[in-house]
Amino acid sequence: MNIIVCIKQVPETTEVRINPETNTLIREGVKSIINPFDMYAIEEAVRLKEKSNGKVTVITMGPPQAESALREAISMGVDEAILVSDRAFAGSDTWATSYTLSCAIRKIGAFDIIICGKQASDGDTAQVGPGISMHLDIPQVTYVKKIEEVKDKTVRVERMTEEGFDIVETPLPVLFTVVKEINEPRLPSLKGMMRAKQAKIVNWSAKDIEALPECIGLKGSPTNVVKIFTPTPRSGGQMLKGDTQEIVQKLVQELKSEIN
Amino acid sequence: MSIQIILDKCVGCTLCVKVCPFGAITMENKLAVIDLHKCTLCGACVPACKFKAILLEKAQEKTVKTDLSSYKGVWVFIEQKKGKIQSISFELLGKARELAAKLNTSVSAVFLGNQIEIETQELIFCGADTVYLVEAPQLANYQDEPYTSVLIKLINKYKPEIVLCGATSIGRSLISRVAVKINAGLTADCTGLDIDPEKKLLLQTRPAFGGNIMATIITPNHRPQMATVRHKVMPQPQPDKHRKGKVIKESFHNDELISRTTLLDIVEEVETLINLSEADIIVSGGRGMGGPEYFKILHDFAEVLGGAVGSSRAAVDSGWMPYSHQVGQTGRTVSPKIYFACGISGQIQHLVGMQSSKIIVAINKDPDAPIFKVATYGIVGDLFEIIPALTKKFKEALNR
Repeated sequence: MNIIVCIKQVPETTEVRINPETNTLIREGVKSIINPFDMYAIEEAVRLKEKSNGKVTVITMGPPQAESALREAISMGVDEAILVSDRAFAGSDTWATSYTLSCAIRKIGAFDIIICGKQASDGDTAQVGPGISMHLDIPQVTYVKKIEEVKDKTVRVERMTEEGFDIVETPLPVLFTVVKEINEPRLPSLKGMMRAKQAKIVNWSAKDIEALPECIGLKGSPTNVVKIFTPTPRSGGQMLKGDTQEIVQKLVQELKSEIN
Repeated sequence: MSIQIILDKCVGCTLCVKVCPFGAITMENKLAVIDLHKCTLCGACVPACKFKAILLEKAQEKTVKTDLSSYKGVWVFIEQKKGKIQSISFELLGKARELAAKLNTSVSAVFLGNQIEIETQELIFCGADTVYLVEAPQLANYQDEPYTSVLIKLINKYKPEIVLCGATSIGRSLISRVAVKINAGLTADCTGLDIDPEKKLLLQTRPAFGGNIMATIITPNHRPQMATVRHKVMPQPQPDKHRKGKVIKESFHNDELISRTTLLDIVEEVETLINLSEADIIVSGGRGMGGPEYFKILHDFAEVLGGAVGSSRAAVDSGWMPYSHQVGQTGRTVSPKIYFACGISGQIQHLVGMQSSKIIVAINKDPDAPIFKVATYGIVGDLFEIIPALTKKFKEALNR
């Protein structure tokens, strides 16, 4: 079974802080990590491979620095890594990003399953996974929380919904986006880390993947960011003081009208 | 489009370095340097530079292939489950009316399902001038492919200028595919939608980086302009029983409704029956709850208030609550009227999932807990004493 995992390198958002003086994002010293949701995608792919004796290829679109994310994926058991990187990709929105990744996937060749995290923690759009499946014209199942059964030509999965979950059967090839509940990502093994250090990362440019110039980067992006600003941070309100009865009395008074 | 630093003007003040949301600007020899691999040309640095040293050249307007003016009207994709219209759809109809008024155009609802015609009245009362109704057994429950194919065909036929959709698990799965296929611009999770008074473009404002920055996004040269919106961001409109509208039935051949995937079963989990995203009141517990058995006092409290129980990641990771209750970056984003944070310290991952709540009540032993920085009402104290007392008092006050 051939599995492709799409990942993204993101800033470690837990460390994103606002500078109270300039009211801007403090970026200094912020580490880059693999998007947390993609860790579940990598883990699930490696587990499927271990069961079925296949191959896992991890792919990312990003700056040359994103290589470190690919090496980390290799340390978790991924076989091959591809960095799709080109200045021409700058300014890509989700349309252009999903197009670019789909071109790279076409170049990889035959595959059975593509796995993506449900969304990236910096952009939070959840649009790239479904976008890739549409560009490739394959079925998708989003928000997968469990892969129940893998057969020769079909897979049965559970898709998380607001009320519970759906059970869906899909033919292969298919694209899944996965949620946190699906597994617990492993820590890299020592052997894995050694392999990651030495592994050769394949580098593909826009030309290599035969992407149409008018469909990539800013040019290929229907949406444009026109303004970026910092929201007024929510300020703290009042502290309620006194004994429990006083506090409770006050709070009930304040909130009663909000509750029907 | 290109960006460059005018080296003669740069004084090395580092203001641009600090505002760059993508960490793309560094200082080299006391002058700013932009790493074009990281730069997304967002333009945040341009106004930040007091010395006008950053030059951002916008691309020339692309030759427009489609005649943009042939696209008219604001559409809302109506989400239904078991025939029941989801509240997000009404919220969007309210917003759509506002946008349509500014554009001097009409509002249409696109309603897919099976035996749902009876519900169309409500859509008209809440703001739809036209309801495009598509009924078929294959559309009874949401499935990616038939829904995608129907929506694409309707958009191509009627050419709306704006399409709005809930940022729900259904909405996000569906609309991303539609946007790719018809080459439309799509902006996720908008918290603000408005019309540019001059260019008549949809201004889509959304949070990024977990809500730490906001971005306004436009779709200048593609139609329709598509956006998803989260629950509870837009107010629910008051139904007007005198409103009139028309229902247009559209039918499709079976081969247009084919799904390669098969929906075998829909499982509802009892504990998640109160949909966290839709709840008006949420009572959440964190590490300070001390163990799974103590969540009972939160359930009791939530029941009196008619609310749902949420949880921080710490409590989920400890196995005290199921993942479906997790609020925060790796869980759900909620924005209820009242959010009670009980024994939750307020890590940034949690805050990004709930800080748009109207009122936040925080109860914590630690007076320095970061949660108090966002709380409307903060209580430093023992939640095991305060919650039962609150439950009792609210029960009396609300006659429950």
